[in-house]
Amino acid sequence: MSEISVSALPAAQSEGFVRVTEAGLRGMITLRGDLASAAIAKAVQEITGAALPPMRRIVQAGENAVVWMSPDELLILCPHDQAPGMEAALRAALAGEFATVANVSDARAVFSLSGTAWRDALAKLCPVDFSTLGTGDIRRTRAAQVAAAILVTGPEEVDLICFRSVAQYMFDILSAAASAGSEPALYV
Amino acid sequence: MSHRLPNGGRLIARGTPRNFTFNGKSMSGFAGDTLAAALLANDQILLGRSFKYHRPRGVVASGAEEPNALMELGTGDRFEPNQRATTTELFDGLTAASQNHWPSLDFDVLAVNNLVPQFLTAGFYYKTFLRPRAFWKHVYEPIIRRSAGLGRAPATNARDTDRYEQIYGFCDVLVIGGGIAGLQAALSAAQAGAKVVLWEQTAHWGGRAPVDGVEIDGKPADDWIKSTLQTLESLPNVQIRTRCMGAGVHDHGYVLGYERITDHAPRTDAPRHRLWRMRAGKIITATGAIERPLSFAGNDVPGVMLASAMRDYIVNYAVSPGKVIVVVTNNDDAYRSAITAHEAGIKVAAVIDARSEANGALPGQARALGIRVLTGQGVRKVKGGKRVTGVELCPIDSDGKTQSEALDCDAIAMSGGWSPVVHLWSHCGGKLTWDETGHFFRPDPARPPLGADGAGFVLTCGSAHGDLGAVLAGAHAAGQSAAGLTATDAPATDSLPDEAPLEPVWIMPRAADYDLRMKMWLDFQNDVKVSDVQLAAREGYQSVEHTKRYTTLGMATDQGKLSNINGLAVLSDALGQPIPATGTTTFRPPYTPISIGAIAGEARGSTFQPLRKSPIHDWHDANGADWEPVGQWRRPYTYLRAGEKRHDAVNREVKNARENVALLDASTLGKILVSGPDAGRFLDMLYTNMMSTLKPGKCRYGLMCNENGFLMDDGVVARIDAQSFLVHTTSGGADRIHAWMEDWLQCEWWDWKVHTVNLTEQFAQIAVVGPKARQLLERLGGMDLSRDTLPFMEWAEGRLGGFDARVFRISFSGELSFEIAVPASQGRAFWERLMAEGADMGIMPYGTEALHILRAEKGFIMIGDETDGTVIPQDLNLNWAISKKKDDFLGKRGMEREAMIDPKRWKLVGLETLDGSVLPHAALAVVPGLNANKQARTEGRVTSTYYSATLGRGIAMGLVERGTDRMGEEISFAGQGETRIKARIVDPVFYDKEGAKQNV
Repeated sequence: MSEISVSALPAAQSEGFVRVTEAGLRGMITLRGDLASAAIAKAVQEITGAALPPMRRIVQAGENAVVWMSPDELLILCPHDQAPGMEAALRAALAGEFATVANVSDARAVFSLSGTAWRDALAKLCPVDFSTLGTGDIRRTRAAQVAAAILVTGPEEVDLICFRSVAQYMFDILSAAASAGSEPALYV
Repeated sequence: MSHRLPNGGRLIARGTPRNFTFNGKSMSGFAGDTLAAALLANDQILLGRSFKYHRPRGVVASGAEEPNALMELGTGDRFEPNQRATTTELFDGLTAASQNHWPSLDFDVLAVNNLVPQFLTAGFYYKTFLRPRAFWKHVYEPIIRRSAGLGRAPATNARDTDRYEQIYGFCDVLVIGGGIAGLQAALSAAQAGAKVVLWEQTAHWGGRAPVDGVEIDGKPADDWIKSTLQTLESLPNVQIRTRCMGAGVHDHGYVLGYERITDHAPRTDAPRHRLWRMRAGKIITATGAIERPLSFAGNDVPGVMLASAMRDYIVNYAVSPGKVIVVVTNNDDAYRSAITAHEAGIKVAAVIDARSEANGALPGQARALGIRVLTGQGVRKVKGGKRVTGVELCPIDSDGKTQSEALDCDAIAMSGGWSPVVHLWSHCGGKLTWDETGHFFRPDPARPPLGADGAGFVLTCGSAHGDLGAVLAGAHAAGQSAAGLTATDAPATDSLPDEAPLEPVWIMPRAADYDLRMKMWLDFQNDVKVSDVQLAAREGYQSVEHTKRYTTLGMATDQGKLSNINGLAVLSDALGQPIPATGTTTFRPPYTPISIGAIAGEARGSTFQPLRKSPIHDWHDANGADWEPVGQWRRPYTYLRAGEKRHDAVNREVKNARENVALLDASTLGKILVSGPDAGRFLDMLYTNMMSTLKPGKCRYGLMCNENGFLMDDGVVARIDAQSFLVHTTSGGADRIHAWMEDWLQCEWWDWKVHTVNLTEQFAQIAVVGPKARQLLERLGGMDLSRDTLPFMEWAEGRLGGFDARVFRISFSGELSFEIAVPASQGRAFWERLMAEGADMGIMPYGTEALHILRAEKGFIMIGDETDGTVIPQDLNLNWAISKKKDDFLGKRGMEREAMIDPKRWKLVGLETLDGSVLPHAALAVVPGLNANKQARTEGRVTSTYYSATLGRGIAMGLVERGTDRMGEEISFAGQGETRIKARIVDPVFYDKEGAKQNV
């Protein structure tokens, strides 16, 4: 489907004291259910290769990752073209369980922020104490007026996930927050 | 005359000149000057005209408390009124202009107000302009608006070109104020391990200490300030920030800070202001104190200023406000100004001390320098108009009728004592106590603002705490306490000469007659005088809050920073009660005005609010979309072709959908997955009709009501499998309905096994509508969409022309219609494929207006048009969609209330004008007579009204009293003015009543 599938803002990028890049299409599957259930842990482990993450953590397994979203919700990340297959596999594995699996890959846009001062840029938009976030952490919050999830993927890299329809808004506020000359010198 | 001194100036760089203009006149100052200092250095004493009387005014203070020196700064897009010259740092190219004068600052016609001040006393407007009423709007108000006021608003076409931003911060201890107390508190808290943030509103650390000659451990304060700053900068757990004002303290340790990043050096790459939204565990306010003016006749003449401000100008900027000065005081502190002036080579004519004796260390030092000290004396009146020329004295306890002596001078320093800046302490409920020694309100540490844990979360130190002598010990204790430690002895000791107590003087002279009291200003910015407050008291005003509003005392942009205590004292005296019995007015954020830009932050222009775009948005934009807002979405209202009018475009789109094939981008429709063993039971509660009986593969239209029975949303539910339903909501309702579902699941039916997932944005949804719709889709291939395989109100999943598709046989137009959902990433390609495949069939996209007309022709309701939050399904004849089999559903009981089953309720009907015209939107059906409110009586209203291109005339739906019982009746709708439009009540289904067209 790659020739007909496009992300929200293909190749959008801005350079400031942090670089903002639209990350393209990502596979994303919402899994809701009892995270203490052995069946869910087993299905997730077998299908994604990753163990269930503790609260507000990300567990990476090759190209896949499992992200804690709430006490009864996980987000599974994978390559975009593998999401339908993974969705079907999870649904089949959890057939008898009270668990809901939904492919939400296209409902989202993803932006990658890179640079040592990513916390300084996001502090302008999100009511979050970023000193408490390190690599492998996930934080659901808002960025200005829209919902956002922040995934810390490395010391100088984060991914920010938002709804697809507000991708332009998100790109604009991120670019402004990261614009050169506006460094707040808060976390760095 | 005011002038620059040949030497000194601790904050200016004489090697770096700065050019600026004032009222178009070129002037120059130095880097480090404030605008006020630079204006004084240029002998610009007269800086503005007062609010009501247009009296000449000059600078009174040297900081944030300044009431008079308000400027219009900048031009065009950067124009900003009411900026304090005392807090404006000078930069090259600054343009300033004085305010509230006409035609010029030097010659002001409206200063005639000043000649008859008895006409503008307290409550003047209330009393004078009551009659005749019509005069207020057309005569009085325009005149008053011209005469009273401060700066002008920016031009209507001006657009602020600067950027602004907000930022969230977190810390254990926030210290507000970078004087020596704030520095010590921050250091002590940091050394105790706390994460500390320290803000200072000016560009400089140390506050008043260097000017006032404070010594720390036997050395000048500057040395200690420098080394303390170095320590703070080296600590990893401390952040310090200048030009950042603590603007407001709110619940839960939430503090707003106002950082002025580029005001002192405008540039375009950085934001101008940054609004800090800080969460602090504990807050220490070290905000200092503000000197009080003295109330003597002519205390507002340019050249009269606070004693502390005068020594600030001399020491910090090497600017002398005059050649010969007089100091008027009721305390020892003001002698510092006399001594400072004398040492700078400025002649001090005398210190006028209201006290009967002045034998403290500072008066002694002044006398030793040869400065003349007069005790038991006060100012009778100030001589001069646009600048001080002298002062007349009288005994302090006299009525002022007789002058005891006159002195020539061109500047007067006044000091009525000090008042701690208690604003931030008070914002969130910190209480004050009256200090009998210092005669000021100070924070009462026993009654602090309380946090969620019941403990105080604000501490104070330094002069903000009421410590007008040594402050470091208290500051150290506050810092340690805020960090959770038990206080220890301070590491440094600050020392000042001992001061004798002040003697309160609220009116000078104490028994001044009316003529003098009428010239004693309390509130400089709002032109409120001693006589006004006394008049208010005589007229029965007892509450300080009422007096404030009646006289406007303290209501100007400075919020009474100088006038507050003096006004309270005068009021208390007039009421014959002690000052604490009168109390203070309420201190509200912000401490000083903050820019609207900072409050808006990033929310302006294209990012004013999120604009949601469907996956096909850009195609629409490139193909003539005439946008309309739908919630935060933008949807095409219609697609305009070259030279086409909106109305014509809409009609073209309607006809094409009825006759041909047309596309609608329905991606904005809410799509919520409801899944789990109890999903059917849950939907049976949410919808008025039965959903649990729906078979997988089928679709059903349903209504959702709130608990009151009022219709809140509608849409088609598709059953996916045994446990899952896909709920379609209105475009505007998706988020609200999802939240509504979660509310019930999380708060009420928490043990039901149901999950919801909002999939609205996962899919692009395209309605393919019209007699040729099936023909078009068959060209794509991949799915059997025949009537037998996919009948009306069913859905199927498959690969359609290579796309991953869910095809719903539903129709909101009355035509053969397929709504096709594909993953959002494929939406644009799918749309373009349909347009290409259908080109030879005359395919066209249609917008929301055509959608409305198509549904109205079919009598389909629209949430928000036929409903307004007071309409129940029965009003819309939707009884068929209300289950009688279910024990309960949301709204069931609400619908059974008396008012809901009243036979006179307005019911949905169709409306046809007799002349075929289109009824006005929302027109009311009027009947003769008036209701209880003397308004025309009504019996109905139009809810939807359109020109139907299909039928060639206007059609409408409306709610009419007993409407369904009155088919064929003619009723009258109100048009423009008195015109009435006759319409006939008809069936709301205007087109294809039997529904044959959608079911082919």
